[in-house]
Amino acid sequence: MIEETAVLEAVNLGKRYRRTWGLQECTLTIPKGRVAALVGPNGSGKSTLLRMAAGLQEPSAGTLRVLGKSPSPGADDLRERVGYLDQDRPLYKSFRVAEMLRFGEMNNPTWNMDVAKNHLALLDIPLRSRVSNLSGGQQAQVALTLCLAKQPELLLLDEPAAALDPVAREDLLRLLMRQVADSESSVVLSTHALSDVAAICDYVVVLAHARVVLSNDTEYIVETHRILSIVGDGDLALPPGITVIHEQRSARGRSLLVRVELPFNDDRWRVDRPTLEEIVMAYLRKGSPHRDGRDVDETESGAR
Amino acid sequence: MSQRPSLTFRLDPQSGLAPYRQLVDQVRHAVRTGLLRDGDQLPSVRDVVTQITINPNTVHRAYRELEHQGIAEGRAGLGTFITLHLNVAPDATEHGTFEQALHDLVINARRAGIDEETIRELMRTALRQNGNVRS
Repeated sequence: MIEETAVLEAVNLGKRYRRTWGLQECTLTIPKGRVAALVGPNGSGKSTLLRMAAGLQEPSAGTLRVLGKSPSPGADDLRERVGYLDQDRPLYKSFRVAEMLRFGEMNNPTWNMDVAKNHLALLDIPLRSRVSNLSGGQQAQVALTLCLAKQPELLLLDEPAAALDPVAREDLLRLLMRQVADSESSVVLSTHALSDVAAICDYVVVLAHARVVLSNDTEYIVETHRILSIVGDGDLALPPGITVIHEQRSARGRSLLVRVELPFNDDRWRVDRPTLEEIVMAYLRKGSPHRDGRDVDETESGAR
Repeated sequence: MSQRPSLTFRLDPQSGLAPYRQLVDQVRHAVRTGLLRDGDQLPSVRDVVTQITINPNTVHRAYRELEHQGIAEGRAGLGTFITLHLNVAPDATEHGTFEQALHDLVINARRAGIDEETIRELMRTALRQNGNVRS
């Protein structure tokens, strides 16, 4: 078997903050060359996972390997190969953009000034501007540009497009995709925008309550989930090989989002393809992998 | 050298189809309608990524699939080009015939006073009854 190199590999990874777990029993493998999305509500463990991958936090349990190595604050080799962008987008507000670039150049041996300047030129961000005078969207672009100019093999981006208007967010995502096309960097980003995930991410990790509830190729996920619906006949049994992720019942019928391992062929059910957003939502509603997913009524699913 | 055609891709997040499938379908449609012809170059991955917000891997994946289907051909260092082999032609003709038949059906349905939503629903039912979920 050919072993695909993983950019991020976690086995039973956990992080405890005093009494609560920020991330628990996290086992996943993100292959090289992907644009992977971490999705889940606030506090579900996305930032914790990214910060541990960036070597900024130590795991409390399990193992984590990034580009085959154990990340830690002292891992100089990884510091050059991994670019991490915090959700606060740290920039020196009183600096001019050009000064930020020089700062980046001094601190990163792998810095590529041409990449940085080309990106900013494309975005019409003048190098002479002070960071504090830029719009939120432009500051996000500059922060991402600094990260990209390091030319890391792996980009870890914590909500890179949060709080941006639709145009700025699209510009930012295109900037990122151009970099992926040009340099073949791998990306792991966290986001709340499920529509962005569908457009740019080919790997999805869904987190809920500090646990991973779904992790796979986007295409595989889309191809193995269906919405089954039926009018009346409330207790019609489902064929084998089907896992119910989320169920809605009404007085008139049932609608289920299911995982199907085999082609489903049963004329009694109406079969529709769910969008990636619908699938992710169903897993988020389901919450923990230990529940059986029969959230018959939203108010009953107390584990939200 | 044929000039690069002005094919603009679109992604519909609501379609439930994988993005690469949407690109494949759009190229196939462009070929059927004659917008793309034998020898035409498909936009480079970088061009597509600049044009719409999409993962470059998805574009590669779509182009590989088109090559697999015999509709396109990758030429090292040059790009991906439309290649219409003979075995694709019948498919294109069949599509044309079907499209025409469907067109006539819709016109007849409208004349009979059947509204659009009902037509869609009937179409969905027909698809459901005559195919499996993976088609």
